[in-house]
This record gives sequence, C-alpha cells and structure tokens, in this order.
Amino acid sequence: MASSFDRIADIIAENSEVPREKILPDSHVINDLGIDSLDFLDIVFAIDKAFGIKVPVEAWTQEVNAGNAPAEQYFVMKNLAARIDELVAAKG
Amino acid sequence: MRLEYFQMVDRVASLDGEAIVVESTIPDASPVFEGHFPGYPLMPGVLLVETMAQASGWLLLKLMDFERMPFLMGVKEAKFRSFVGPSTPVTVHAKRIHDGSGYAVTQARIEAAGKRICDAELTLRIMDFPAPELAAAMRNRGKELGLA
Repeated sequence: MASSFDRIADIIAENSEVPREKILPDSHVINDLGIDSLDFLDIVFAIDKAFGIKVPVEAWTQEVNAGNAPAEQYFVMKNLAARIDELVAAKG
Repeated sequence: MRLEYFQMVDRVASLDGEAIVVESTIPDASPVFEGHFPGYPLMPGVLLVETMAQASGWLLLKLMDFERMPFLMGVKEAKFRSFVGPSTPVTVHAKRIHDGSGYAVTQARIEAAGKRICDAELTLRIMDFPAPELAAAMRNRGKELGLA
C-alpha cells in the first residue's frame, strides 16, 4: 500500500490546483502549496474518508493560535502524514 | 417560505437521527418572480440551494444543541432536474453524511409531489456564533420549528 504521505499528496493534488510533483515532504500545506481554507476542508474531508478518521483540525488550529505548538507540526507534509498515522494507530 | 427574508423552511416534518425532513411552500407571489422570469415564474436554482442549505443547517443546529452555527461554504454535484414554480409545496430531505472537525457534509434533495427537483452535497463550516443576536435568533426560530 502507498505510504500515508503519498496518499495525502494524491488527495491534495486531486482537491486543489497544486501539481502532484510539487508536493514534497517538506512542503507546508498553506505557505508553500497555497491551499486556501475551502480547499483545505475538502482535503480534510477526503483524508477523513480515506483513512477512516476525524482529523482534529480545530484542536490543531487552536494549539497553533495559542502558541502551544508550531504550525509546522501539523501543516508540513511529512509531519501531517505522521499525525495521520498516529490517528489511524489510535483508532486501533 | 418568505423568499425576501431568506426564510425557506416552513415546518419540520421529521427528525430522525442524522436526517431531517422539512416542508415548505413556494409563495404565490414574490418580487423574485418578477425577474425570474417575466411571464414564466420559476424558483431560482440558487434559492433551491439555499433551501437545501437551510434544511441542513437546522439539522446540524439540532445535532449541536444550538451551541454553534453552521455556515454554507461548499456546494458540490448540484443538479437541478425539474422546474418548480409558485404555490408549490416541496419536501426537503437532508442527511449528515460526515461529521468533521469544524465542518459537516450533508446530502440534500428537494421533492415536489414525489418528484425530485434537485439535489446536492453541501459542506458547512461549523463556527462559534459570531454574534449573540444571531444565537438568540436561531434558538427562537428553532423553537418555532420545534427543534430548540
């Protein structure tokens, strides 16, 4: 099976105008790829469905806005993939 | 329905878990019909979308116990299958198909006399109420509809 990174990158390419080849492990979803909030919700919906999870975007955003976590922890592709893997693992 | 006030839902017919059915009647007359269209009044497609969004919104408000507010932010796969005009009773079905973090996705359709008029998949962003007046207004209307 493809890695979580590849699956997420495919989802982003399908739900935005970002070419698949430009989506790299160090890409920041918003700053580098320019994903806007509407496209990002479509992407989260697709990730939720594909992985059978509920990506806690609101909690992540609150953590970042409160200064309790760097945005990179959630919104850089390789870290996003790691967070998704953690959510899948927690699901059991 | 009161088109000029964007009040698209007349009554709630049923609420069953993640699904709602509401009923409304397209008004006999409205300035909307003077332009859409002269001599051939039709309910505009954008107002049919709004009607599906409001049915979805009432469902989500009820599921969230009126604690947060859904706002329409995406419409996908909208199909308008048949014309519908003044004085027509319609039934609106909406079902939550995904409960995300800060958003929800619904599937909705409108029928008239058992015939499908339109359908769409709607994405609604879920936010804290941006104004206390809005929260109060939604709760008051929700009470009138038997939801709050």
